[in-house]
Amino acid sequence: MTTMPVSRNVSVTIRFGVIRSGLIRLLKLLPWLVIASLPLVLAGYEPLATQIFVMILFALSLDLLVGYAGIVTLGHAGLFGMGGYTAGILSVHGITDPLVTALCAMAVAAFTGLVFGVAMLRTKGLTLLMLTMASAALLYEIANKATGLTGGEDGLQGVAFSPLLGVFAFDFRGKTAFFYSLTVLFLVFSFVQVLINSPFGWSLRGIRENDARMAAIGCPIMRRRVIAYVIAAALAGLAGALQAQTTQFVALHSLGFELSGNILIMLILGGSGRLYGAFIGCPVFMLAQDQLAKQDPANWFLGLGVILIAFVMLAPGGILGIAARTVDAIKMRRRA
Amino acid sequence: METAALETRALNCSFEANHVITDVNFTLRPGERRALIGPNGAGKTTFVNLLTGRLRVSSGHVLLNGEDVTQLSEARRIRLGIGRTFQITSLFPKMTVRENVFLAVAECDGIAGNLFRSVFSHGRQLARVDELVHRVGLSDVADVPAQLLPYGRQRLLEIAVALALRPTILLLDEPAAGIPTAESHVILDIIATLPKEIAVLLIDHDMDLVFRFAQQISVLVRGSILVEGSPDDIAADSQVREVYLGDSKHGRPAAA
Repeated sequence: MTTMPVSRNVSVTIRFGVIRSGLIRLLKLLPWLVIASLPLVLAGYEPLATQIFVMILFALSLDLLVGYAGIVTLGHAGLFGMGGYTAGILSVHGITDPLVTALCAMAVAAFTGLVFGVAMLRTKGLTLLMLTMASAALLYEIANKATGLTGGEDGLQGVAFSPLLGVFAFDFRGKTAFFYSLTVLFLVFSFVQVLINSPFGWSLRGIRENDARMAAIGCPIMRRRVIAYVIAAALAGLAGALQAQTTQFVALHSLGFELSGNILIMLILGGSGRLYGAFIGCPVFMLAQDQLAKQDPANWFLGLGVILIAFVMLAPGGILGIAARTVDAIKMRRRA
Repeated sequence: METAALETRALNCSFEANHVITDVNFTLRPGERRALIGPNGAGKTTFVNLLTGRLRVSSGHVLLNGEDVTQLSEARRIRLGIGRTFQITSLFPKMTVRENVFLAVAECDGIAGNLFRSVFSHGRQLARVDELVHRVGLSDVADVPAQLLPYGRQRLLEIAVALALRPTILLLDEPAAGIPTAESHVILDIIATLPKEIAVLLIDHDMDLVFRFAQQISVLVRGSILVEGSPDDIAADSQVREVYLGDSKHGRPAAA
C-alpha cells in the first residue's frame, strides 16, 4: 500500500488550504465592511442604499429560482408583497417588533409559496411562466379588494415599527434601516451560499440542466422544486417585510407585475445563477433608472428598453457573464 | 428454481394501433451477462423503457427479484436496483464529471435533500465519486464539464452515473454507440470489473462487442423474441442470420 506519502501530501495541502480559505474568507468580508462604512462618506444616501439592499435581497431569492432551480417566474412580487403586507398589517394592529413581524412575513410568504408551488410546479416553461403571473395577479386583486385590511389603492396607512431590538429606533436619516437591512442581506447571502453548495443545491442545478435524467437517478423532482420555491418565497417575503419596515408604508405596487418584471430584469442584467449577479444588477438598474428619469422624465422607459435589448442580444450572461468571459480569455492567452 | 433478477410475462406495449412489443417473456438471472440484439426499430429501447418504468406497459408484468413492479414509478424501480444508461447520451452538460457522478451518489445515499451541509463535507460520498470516476477511467478529466468531453468519454460517464446508484441490474442501451470500434473494449473492461452479482443486459449493434460480452443472447425482431441462446447457437441460427445478420457470412462473430 502506498497510502503513507499520499496522506502526508494531503495533510500539507490541508494546512495550506486552511490558511488560504481563511484569507479568502477575510477578503470576501472586505466588500461588506466597505459598504458598512459608506455612511461615513456618503451621508444622506442611506435611504437609497437601503432600497438597493432590499432589492438585492429580493433578487437573490429570485436567483435561487431562476439561476439554480430553473424556475422562471414573473410573479415573484406576489411573495414580496405578501411579506410586506404581513409586516405592515401586523404593525397596524399593534405587533410592531421588527424581527417578530419579519419572521411572520417569512412564514406567511413561505406558506403562500407552498400553496402556489404545489399547484404550479407540475408545469414547466411557458405554462409555468403564465401561472406565476396569474398567481401574483390573484394576490394583487385580493389586496386591491380587501380595502378594510390593506387600504386598497391608497396603500396601508399607519405603518410604524418599534425600535430594533428595543434599542435602535428607525430614524429620519435612515441609519438604523441601513445597518438593519445590510445585516439581514449579509445573513441571507451567507445562507444562500451554504444552500447552493449543499447536495440540495447541486440537485437543483441537476434538475435545471436535465430533469428527465434527474428522474432517472431517483430524484423526487417535484418535492425538490417545491422546497426551493418555499425557501425563495420566504426570502422574498423577508425582503417585502424589510421594505415595509424601512419605508413605513406598503402599497399595492409591491405585489404588482411591474415589480416582478423589474426584479427579473435586474437579475438578468447582473447575471443569473451567480449570486453576485443580484449585487451588480440591482444597483446598476436602480441608478440607471434614476439617471434616465432625470434626463428624460417622459420617455426614460425607452432608454431602459434599449439597454435591456442590448444586453439580451450581446451579453446573455449579464454583466458578470462579460466579466467571466474576459477572465477566461486572459487565462487562455496566458496558457498559450 | 432461483428467482430471476428481472422477468417479463406476456409484456405488451402499443402506441395506438402500433404494436411495438408483443407478448415478450424474458428472463435475466442474477449475475447473468446477457445481450439483447435486433434490427433497427425492433423495439429494443422501448423494451428497456418498459423495464425501467419510463414507459407504461399496455399489458403484462415486469417482475424485479420476483416482485411485481409493473405499477411502480421509474424512481421506485431505481431504488429497487434497476440501473440504466441511455442510448442517446443524457448527462448534466454544464456540470463537471465529478458533479455528474455526485448527483447520482447523493440520491442513492439519500443525502441529496440535505440543505445545510456543504457538498465538500460529505467525505464518504466524495470518496465514492472519485472511485467511480477512476473505475471508468475519467480521473484525468474529473473537473471538466461533461459537454466538453469527447463523445466516447461521455458514454463512460453515463456508465459511472448508472453504477453510482448501486444497481443489481444494469441495462446498457448501446453503450458503445459512437465509440470507435478499437476503443469499445474499454466498455467490456469496465463491465468485467463489476461485482459478479450484478446482472447486465447489453443492447448493442456492435456484434463484435456483443459476442465477446454475452453468455446468453436474446434476439428481438418486430417486438417479439425470435430466439434465445448462447452466442454459438445464435451465430449458427439460420433464422437470425436471415433477419438480423443479413445474407453476409457470419464472419464477424466467428472472429471473436
